[in-house]
Amino acid sequence: MRTYTVDVLVVGGGAAGMAAAAAAAREGARTVLLERGERLGGVLEQCIHPGFGLHRYREELTGPEFAHRMRQELDDSGAEVLTGATVLEILPDGPAVKVVSPKGLKKFRPRAVVWAVGARERPFGALRIPGTRPSGVFTAGLAQRLLDLEGLLPGRRAVILGSGDIGLIMARRLHLEGVEVRAVLEIQPFPGGLTRNVVQCLRDFGIPLLLSHTVAEVHGRERLEGITAVRVDEHRHPIPGTERRIEADTLILSVGLIPEVRLIEDTVPLDPVNRGPRVNGRLQTEVPWLFAAGNCVAVFDLVDTVAELGERAGASAARYARGELPPGKPVPLVRGENVVSLVPSYLDGTAESARMYLRVPRPMEGVAVDVGGVVRRRVPVARPAEMIEIPLDGDALSELSQKERIVVEVKPK
Amino acid sequence: MTEKKLVCVSCPMGCELTVVLEGKKVVSVSGNRCPRGEEYARSEAVEPRRVLMTLVRVEGGRDRVVSVKTDRPIPLRLFPKAMARVRELSVRAPVAIGTVIEENFLSTGANLVTTRPAR
Ligand SMILES: Cc1cc2nc3c(=O)[nH]c(=O)nc-3n(C[C@H](O)[C@H](O)[C@H](O)COP(=O)(O)OP(=O)(O)OC[C@H]3O[C@@H](n4cnc5c(N)ncnc54)[C@H](O)[C@@H]3O)c2cc1C
Ligand code: SF4
Repeated sequence: MRTYTVDVLVVGGGAAGMAAAAAAAREGARTVLLERGERLGGVLEQCIHPGFGLHRYREELTGPEFAHRMRQELDDSGAEVLTGATVLEILPDGPAVKVVSPKGLKKFRPRAVVWAVGARERPFGALRIPGTRPSGVFTAGLAQRLLDLEGLLPGRRAVILGSGDIGLIMARRLHLEGVEVRAVLEIQPFPGGLTRNVVQCLRDFGIPLLLSHTVAEVHGRERLEGITAVRVDEHRHPIPGTERRIEADTLILSVGLIPEVRLIEDTVPLDPVNRGPRVNGRLQTEVPWLFAAGNCVAVFDLVDTVAELGERAGASAARYARGELPPGKPVPLVRGENVVSLVPSYLDGTAESARMYLRVPRPMEGVAVDVGGVVRRRVPVARPAEMIEIPLDGDALSELSQKERIVVEVKPK
Repeated sequence: MTEKKLVCVSCPMGCELTVVLEGKKVVSVSGNRCPRGEEYARSEAVEPRRVLMTLVRVEGGRDRVVSVKTDRPIPLRLFPKAMARVRELSVRAPVAIGTVIEENFLSTGANLVTTRPAR
């Protein structure tokens, strides 16, 4: 097996990885990006709707267009790209990374690694829906890949479970391509995705959204024939007598993404709510040579944020590789009221500035985010679909780093 | 006079707007928290427009389809007609990103362009 020595090794060629590799290379680090697929872009490639890049490029681009621009920046940076290269294992001593590519097995000995492998979809089995297991049940991401990359329709009549943005966007795509979308079911009493997506993906085309509803049972032997929808109460328990059957040959599950950590979970401490590695303001994990960015840290709503985090991680990794990133004293960020996702997990006083990202558990109006009593920011409308971004400047960071712990909470103003 | 309820989608606030119309003329807009909401309501109440995104068949290449969009919003009511037209179209591989597949698509003034390269 050939061994390659590099400064920064980036794993994953989505928005986070491309941004990280470009930033590391621009810092002068010898950088290699590994992507298991044939093309770079990750989920961007299959998101053909507009809605990407308003912050980064001040233009509303489709996913592939956004990926194309990032690819140009990456090529200009001088980072080396290897596609068809899947990371199999990370060995903490060294560190060393084992990779399989069409040309065989390779081993890398990097000084720093940026983990940027994205998120995976929560699978059908995790839902524990009673009934048969016929074909015709797809995760939303798989259906999107089949449709928008391969041009294959998953079926003729579909029900979508989950009204997050991915579910809403798939409803519109399927409808436009001639699939009858019977309904979108959402277990919560409010839509999971952005209002603009409820309007532009469902209301525009008259697709019904059934709130406080879930799938009670699936029917069909070989191919799906239909599902039983049921209304749920505030504790998400099915209400007897509200069952109704909806005929469909396709069930699309859009029930959430989980950060992909399978190759690093034994190496690095994870955050139990984000489900990705605990990182500081520089996107460094508690294993100093390992950095992480994008949807494998926490699930982000905007690719612009993901790209920015990628850049931060790549630049930090390059500085670490040069021996310029001394450890600081870690101060944990602690979730107070109404905070679910929260990035970073701790601050250590080594960054000049940082950004904090958080999500609320339910829609709220007229609230304020409080960061350790030092930073307070009003948020007129907070929705679970959107990450709230709080910039932390140098002064705030140095004041926060004096503390033992920093409580972050969202409260009525 | 008729009243229309709309949700402004110009920013994440998602204000609920009320538009009063006289025939096709907008008389008043309320519920908006900023001027963009009024602008949105004035065009949305009369003629909603959206960017269309879909796929065009690719011939003679490895890719079966290429993603396309209209380079500006077109009237939403034309979407069924637009999809029927798109199904008749095909391009020959290779195609570059940003290639115009059909100019002045359905006489809307918008062009149908590719949003990725196809091989
Ligand atoms: C359906 C959908 C709609 C969206 N809509 C919008 C929108 O309108 N606007 C917006 O701003 N954002 C949107 N987003 C969010 C945004 O696209 C994502 O947050 C962002 O693109 C994630 O980038 P990433 O690099 O973290 O992950 P990914 O794009 O998932 O990239 C991870 C990459 O890592 C590779 N990889 C994984 N494991 C390995 C391994 N072991 N070895 C090598 N490579 C590996 C994968 O192949 C993949 O290419 C949407 C997301 C989805 C899914
Ligand atoms: S009216 Fe203004 S504030 Fe309200 S949603 Fe529209 S753009 Fe946003």
